[in-house]
Amino acid sequence: MCLFSFLVVIIFSFAFGTDLQVYNGMVPGILWVAFIFSGLLGLNRSFGTERDKGTLSGLLLCPVAPWEIFLAKMIGTLIFTTIMEIFTFLVFIILYNQNVLPFLVPLSLVIFLGTLGFSIVGTIFSAMSSATKARDVILSILVFPISVPVIIASVKATGLILEGRSIQTVYAWLKILVAFDMVFLLLAYLTFSHIMEE
Amino acid sequence: MDELHGQKYVVKARELIKKFGFKTALRQVNLSLISGDCLALFGPNGAGKTTLIQILCSLTLPTSGKVVIAGLDTRYHRAAIHRLIGVIAHDTFLYGDLTAVENLNFYGRMYNVPKLKARIDDLIDQVGLRAYKNDPVHTYSRGMKQRLSVARAILHDPAILFLDEPYTGLDQQGADDLQRLLNQFRDQRKTIVLASHNLARGLELCSHAAILNAGELIYHENTAGIDKNEFKQMYLKLTEEKTWSHQISAQVSYENSRRSYGKIFFPNSDPKN
Amino acid sequence: MTPKRITKIIFELFTFVMMLLALYAIFFYAPVEKTMGLVQKIFYIHVPAAFIAFLAFFITFAASILYLVKKDNQWDLIALCSAEIGIIFCTIVLVTGPIWAKPVWNVWWTWDPRLTTTLILWFIYVAYLMLRGVVGENKKANFSAVFGIIGFVNVPLTFFAIRLWRTIHPVMITSRGINISGPMKDTLALTFSAFCLLFIFLLLTRMRLEKMKRATETVIAMFEERHHF
Repeated sequence: MCLFSFLVVIIFSFAFGTDLQVYNGMVPGILWVAFIFSGLLGLNRSFGTERDKGTLSGLLLCPVAPWEIFLAKMIGTLIFTTIMEIFTFLVFIILYNQNVLPFLVPLSLVIFLGTLGFSIVGTIFSAMSSATKARDVILSILVFPISVPVIIASVKATGLILEGRSIQTVYAWLKILVAFDMVFLLLAYLTFSHIMEE
Repeated sequence: MDELHGQKYVVKARELIKKFGFKTALRQVNLSLISGDCLALFGPNGAGKTTLIQILCSLTLPTSGKVVIAGLDTRYHRAAIHRLIGVIAHDTFLYGDLTAVENLNFYGRMYNVPKLKARIDDLIDQVGLRAYKNDPVHTYSRGMKQRLSVARAILHDPAILFLDEPYTGLDQQGADDLQRLLNQFRDQRKTIVLASHNLARGLELCSHAAILNAGELIYHENTAGIDKNEFKQMYLKLTEEKTWSHQISAQVSYENSRRSYGKIFFPNSDPKN
Repeated sequence: MTPKRITKIIFELFTFVMMLLALYAIFFYAPVEKTMGLVQKIFYIHVPAAFIAFLAFFITFAASILYLVKKDNQWDLIALCSAEIGIIFCTIVLVTGPIWAKPVWNVWWTWDPRLTTTLILWFIYVAYLMLRGVVGENKKANFSAVFGIIGFVNVPLTFFAIRLWRTIHPVMITSRGINISGPMKDTLALTFSAFCLLFIFLLLTRMRLEKMKRATETVIAMFEERHHF
C-alpha cells in the first residue's frame, strides 16, 4: 500500500516534471490521488480475505451485530490508511518541497475527515464487492462516483491550507466533509445488516 | 435450563422455504427439538442439509417461514442466539496466519468467555493439539484444522451445537475423538443437530434421525435402538421414492408454467400434448 | 379482450399521439428563439428528459427502501426497471446538453454543478446496473437496494460540493435563464406531459418484460431440477 502510493507520487512528478513549480494548485490533487488509489488496494483486502478464507461466517456467528463488524472493519481500514498517508506525506513533502509545519493541525483535520469518509464508503462497498466475481473493478466503480464530494472537498481544503489561508476559508469544505461522514455512517448503520445477510 | 429461557422447544422451525434465485433449496420444512434432543440429518448431496443448518444457526435467512431458537426469532435476536449456539461447518472459520491459541483467543474475546486462558488450555488438550498449539494454522492438516474448529465451536460452552459434515477430512482417530467429545456433549443434556452422510456414526450418536431429500423433510423419527441395516435400507428406499414423486411434481408445475407462458415462450408447442 | 387490455391499448395510443403532438409543437408551433436560433429547440427535449431521469432515480431510491423494509421482490423489480429507464433519459440529457452548449456557450462541456452532478448520477446508476450483473442471485436484490439508497442520498452532497467548488473559481456562465414566451411555455408543458406518459409506458412495459424474464428463469430452473434428479 505504502509502496504503491510512493510510486503514484513519483510517477506524477515524472509526468509533470518542473511544471509543478508553476502550477502549485495541482499538488493537493496529486496527494489525494495517491491516498485514494492506495486506499483502494487496502479496501480490497478488508472483506476479500475474510470471504476467501471462509472466516466471514465465523465473524457473523459471533454475538455481535453486523453494524459492529462494520465499525471494526472501518476503523481497521482507517488506521492502515492513515499510516500509509503519513509515510506518503513525508515523501510528498520532500519531493514537492512543501512547507507544511505551520499548517499541520488544520491539515491533519482535513486529512482525517477525508480519510474517514473514504473508509466508510469503502468499507460498505468492500463488503459488497467481496461477494462478486469482479472484485477490484466493481470496488472502484462503486467507490469513485460516491466519493466525489469527499474528493472535491478534501482536495480543495488541502489546497487552501497549503496556500496558507486561514481555517475560516476552509470552513465550508469541512462542513461538507463532516456532513458526508455523518450521513454515510448513518446509512451504514441502517443498511449494513442487509449486506451481510445471505 | 434457565439459559434457554425456560422454553420447551430449543429449536423450532416453521414452514421453512428457501429459494436461491430461481431455484428452491428447501420446501416447507418443519422441525422442532426439545432440550437434550440429538438429531441426525441425513440426505443425499444437494438435498439442502447445509442450507437447513445455515438457516437454523441464523447465518442465512429463509425466504419464508421462521426459526425460533430458545424462544428467540433468528430474524431479530441474532446476537443473543449466537451466544447459545456453536457451529461447525465446511469452513473452519480459522485464521490461517494465527496460531491455534491466537485463534481461540480471538473468538473467546468475541464471545466474552470467562477465564479464557484456562478454558483454551483445557480445550486444546481435549482435541489433542497440545504439541502444535503455537504453530500457525495454515501449517495444519485438514484433520487438525477440523479438531481446532471443534474447540472453537464449543469454546463458549454453547447449549446447542450445529454440525455440518464434521467427519469429513478426519482420520479414524480424529473421528473417534470427535465422537467422544460429542457423546460427552450429549450426556450433558445439550442439543445437537448433525448433518452427515455417515449413517453409522450419526445413528450411534443421535436419538432422532431426519431425512431430507430435494429440500423436503421426508422422515423424522426417534431412532433409539433402531437396527442400522434396517435404517440404511429404508433410507435408500425413501430417498429414491421421494425423488420420483418430486420429479412428477416438478413436471406438473413445468407443464403448468408452459401453459400460462406457452404463447410467448413456446410458440410452436401445442399445450394439449 | 379484457377491459385491462383495452385500457392498456388506449393508454399506449394516447402516449403515441401525445408524443406526435409534442414533436409537432416543437418544430411547427414554438417560435424560433431570436439569439440562439434553431438549436434552442433541443431545450424541449433536454429539460423534460432531465426531469424524468431524476424522477426515475427517485423511484429507484423509494423502491429500494421499500424492498429493504418489506423484502418483496416486486420492489426490487421496480427499482431495477426505473434505474434502467433513468439511465436512458440521463444519457439523452448528457447528449443533448453539449449539442446545445457548443453553439450557445461555445464549449461542449463546462463543470457547471448541474452538468457535473448529472454526469456523476449517470456513473452511479451505470455502476448500479454493473453491480447487479456481477452479484449472485441471492444477494442481488439486497446489494442493489443498498446501493440504490446510497447513490441517491449522495446526489445533494455531490451537488453542494460541486457548487462550492465552482463558485470559488470564476464562473463562466452566470445565467442559464431563458425567457420563455407563451407558445414556448405551452410547448414545454406539452413535451413535459408527453415525456411523463412515455416514462410510465416504458416503465410498465419494462416491468412486464422483467416479470416474464423472471418467470421464464423459474421455469428453466424447474426444468433443470427435473433433469438433475
